[in-house]
Amino acid sequence: MDSTIVALLAQDGLTNGSIYCLLALALVLVFAVTRVIFVPQGEFVVYAALTMASFDGARTPGTVWLLLALGGAAWLADTVKLRREPRRMALAWLATAAPCVAAAGLVAWVAASKAPFVVQALTTVLAVTAMGPAVYRLAFQPVASASVLVLLIVAVALHFVLTGLALLFFGAEGVRTPAFTSASFSFGNITVSGQSLLVYAFTAVLIVVMAVFFRYALFGKALRATAANRTGARLVGISPDFAGRLCFTLAAAIGAVSGLLIGPITTVYYDSGFLIGLKGFVGAIVGGLVSYPIAAGGALFVGLVESFSSFWASAYKEVLVFTLIIPVLLWRSLSTTHSDEEE
Amino acid sequence: MAEALLQVEELSVAYGQVEAVRGVSLHVARGQIATVIGPNGAGKTTLLGAIMGLLPSRGAIRFAGDRIDGRDTEALVRRGISLVPERRELFADMTVQENLELGGFSRRRAGESRAALANTMEEVFALFPRLKERLPQLAGTLSGGERQMLAVGRALMGKPKLLLLDEPSLGLAPLITRDILHTISRLRESGLSVLLIEQNARAALQTADYGYVLETGELSLEGEADRLLHDERVIATYLGRH
Repeated sequence: MDSTIVALLAQDGLTNGSIYCLLALALVLVFAVTRVIFVPQGEFVVYAALTMASFDGARTPGTVWLLLALGGAAWLADTVKLRREPRRMALAWLATAAPCVAAAGLVAWVAASKAPFVVQALTTVLAVTAMGPAVYRLAFQPVASASVLVLLIVAVALHFVLTGLALLFFGAEGVRTPAFTSASFSFGNITVSGQSLLVYAFTAVLIVVMAVFFRYALFGKALRATAANRTGARLVGISPDFAGRLCFTLAAAIGAVSGLLIGPITTVYYDSGFLIGLKGFVGAIVGGLVSYPIAAGGALFVGLVESFSSFWASAYKEVLVFTLIIPVLLWRSLSTTHSDEEE
Repeated sequence: MAEALLQVEELSVAYGQVEAVRGVSLHVARGQIATVIGPNGAGKTTLLGAIMGLLPSRGAIRFAGDRIDGRDTEALVRRGISLVPERRELFADMTVQENLELGGFSRRRAGESRAALANTMEEVFALFPRLKERLPQLAGTLSGGERQMLAVGRALMGKPKLLLLDEPSLGLAPLITRDILHTISRLRESGLSVLLIEQNARAALQTADYGYVLETGELSLEGEADRLLHDERVIATYLGRH
């Protein structure tokens, strides 16, 4: 193995690692705020890539029907639950069902109007982001105070549902979306693709935006407060439903951007989300599902291990990546004292 | 008697088969301090939890004339009720400043300006100058007394009409307890109504206008705080003779 190959593998590893990094951050965020181990995080990635591919193939994306289905279900749930409180019912519609329906309309319009690439990409992000609050409303809000185990079971079930819906609305065919740029840059004998640089840049920008949001914005602080102390947060008027919706919106947005970034690099199928999400999850576990920086570092490391092991032992690529989790768990079980679940 | 701001009628709270609070009726008059005293395990904290919507309960709770039982905690915060819980429930890994800012979360969401919140924060600093010195410090690193000040300060940031205080003296040195209760009396002068839950019966009755005695989930006695301070049964059980 010479330096060119090392550089190539490292570049690949960091590119994938960056995307896993975004997913790891989303997983840590969702867990900290809602205690949900969000198995279907990868589904948002898949929906974004598949939507983008449909736009590219000049088809109407199945996203339209998916959004209408989610929006309709959320509308029904809120209407039944809040039938005696018209004001709250209207607010709930605005928070969950309305964004889905609006996004469905937007997607249909963009597909019909053959809009430029950038508009398609932005629409994709908006459409997948709109799914976040609806998914929270339907799957997790009714059981928000259940134990971590129950929430995990719901998350696994939701994963199967969302994968099934992806198959129904997008079909079984794998897609690859066009690269954002075909440019490439040479540094000595190392060539770096423009697409990789874009992935690094997007990841870096998103991390900075998130850091600023959590540090300075009122809603960012509200999410940190909910993660720190749920009862305390309720006592200052931050409702768990609001915090849950907000963090699922962020997770969906992060998933959407990840989908746009990964689409041109890997072939994405309706069921690719699980493996992609799982790699982000390994990174998040390295950070103990609480530390953002360690989770980010762990996810980058996952990307590198994956890339180098695909060179040396490609048949064992996934095995090697997931084996990473064992020493981490071992170390954690030896170094952390057991604490009962906080209620 | 002044008009009641909070009125609780026949309130019962059950944990499974066990009724921790049974048929409690009490009221807090506008601009007054009412206190509920009683031994450990009498159901005092449960009572506050039920009023604040944190625990399901039976019975009627009225705030400023409107039924509020069954409403979400967050909705009650917006209506102007704040609870300072026994465990403080601060955001330990956030700064004092962030804790106070979040105390005004409901007001910010209702469209009030940053300037309005800054004003309230100055009022909190006037009551607890120590908090101003500790602004950039993490709440988890404060001393017990400072945490209690922060918990009260955070509740006041919401500009409540009614403040529910659960054992503000718990785990604090007597001098600090006196300071905090003194501050609470000053708050009454600014028009705030307070429902104070205390094990330290003497300090509570000296601070309050009206008092209730809660024993094993039921009210056993009520009256003007001055009168309870001289009531034979209260003296024998809660105050001790001097």
